[in-house]
Amino acid sequence: MLKGKQTWIFESKPVILASAAVGGPFEAQGALAEDFDILNDDIWLGQDSFEKAEKKLLEQACDKVIEKSGLSKEDVEFFISGDLLNQIISSTFAARTLGKPFLGIYGACSSSMEGLALAALMVNSKAANYMIAGASSHNAAAEKQYRYPTEYGGQKPPTAQWTVTGAGTALLGQNGEGPRVTSATIGKIVDTGITDPFNMGVAMAPAAVDTILAHFKELSIEPSYYDLIVTGDLGEIGHSITSELLQKDGLNMPADIFNDCGLLIYKKDQQVFAGASGCASSATVTYGHLLNRMRRGELKKLLVIATGALLSPLSYQQKESIPCIAHAVSIEM
Amino acid sequence: MAKKKEQTKTQQQYQEYAKTKEPKRPVFKNCVWAFLIGGLICTLGQGIMWFFMTYFNFTEETASSPTVAVLIIIATLLTSIGVYDHIAQYAGAGTVVPITGFANTMTSAAIEHRSEGYVLGVGGNMFKLSGSVIVFGVFSAFIVATIKIILMKLGVI
Repeated sequence: MLKGKQTWIFESKPVILASAAVGGPFEAQGALAEDFDILNDDIWLGQDSFEKAEKKLLEQACDKVIEKSGLSKEDVEFFISGDLLNQIISSTFAARTLGKPFLGIYGACSSSMEGLALAALMVNSKAANYMIAGASSHNAAAEKQYRYPTEYGGQKPPTAQWTVTGAGTALLGQNGEGPRVTSATIGKIVDTGITDPFNMGVAMAPAAVDTILAHFKELSIEPSYYDLIVTGDLGEIGHSITSELLQKDGLNMPADIFNDCGLLIYKKDQQVFAGASGCASSATVTYGHLLNRMRRGELKKLLVIATGALLSPLSYQQKESIPCIAHAVSIEM
Repeated sequence: MAKKKEQTKTQQQYQEYAKTKEPKRPVFKNCVWAFLIGGLICTLGQGIMWFFMTYFNFTEETASSPTVAVLIIIATLLTSIGVYDHIAQYAGAGTVVPITGFANTMTSAAIEHRSEGYVLGVGGNMFKLSGSVIVFGVFSAFIVATIKIILMKLGVI
């Protein structure tokens, strides 16, 4: 049901029957290593290209989520997924392996929550009984496409971010035990005219602010409604800007319940500059760490705002600014 | 950079606000590191040059070619084993400016695109980063040479 202009309330409260997070070696050294279902010790995953490695990550996450749900592969009806590579090849090729009706989406790093919101909408409207929402990113594949070759010796500024190598999936169903998706706020494009792709947190912050404000306004609730509110991959600078801007707009976000997936995933001594980024930042932290905390009873109400910088290497070279978006999904136990 | 006048006031205000929040590049520290590592590479180069002049039959002029070759081989090896980019994060311009930086751009692009095959991948992308260096290097050399010829014909030099 539409509430306001951009928020959906899911009356049937689709259940996340199972979720899976897959990571690479750098994530294995990170702060949330225990919450990953599979940690690969090689960024190539035994494949001959980074792109194939990313596809493999998503395949692993799909297999794992089906296994964890106790369902059989035949039960799953749809697969919705997005990633960062051109023509979303990781999602498409993983969907080829899965062999299920597939919806490919692109929302850059916000694809994770865009997928979850749409999957919840489908399950809520009974368009699907069981479906998987997924997202993936691969550090080296993203660097190769968006920036420079991985071994190129370019100095990165402190505002740069580190793309997470990983994939996250959630299997949604009509009923059952588990965290439930209760509402979602779809964001609009916000462009602040920032052109520096090494400064994405700052570029995306106003998009996050726009969606967060809309979410609370349209649902007429306060941030204290949630036990935890996380943004996807704003990083240190973007996250603090978001807090400040929200404050300025009259929404007081308590610092102890407001965090960022990109700041949670790695340890302080890992050189990730301003923080983590990529579809897998919000996907693995949400579908791994945060949902595990919900299942343990540590969190009852969670709001995830996945942010995306919708630039392409071409648009950047043509001096276009970076259009940004954010989608919020509310998950409650 | 996008032209400032094309942007709305809100955009400009946000960018100015964001600038105050962004950590600045540590320019002084970067310069010191660049000076030290860049200097170290040049000292190494000088050492190699002396080596060729002392132990082989090279003059100061002819020794530069094998010296450059040795530095390129070292940079290529360091790139291949995944060390060069880590040094470069600290050294910055110190590893970009010397010939080793050029070797790194070619090697890294070649390694990166090996997965697309030798012709379309390695061959087609090897000069992805260094191509513009060659284009503008050759072009400026052409301009400088033209000016020199004109000046010589005029009898100025």
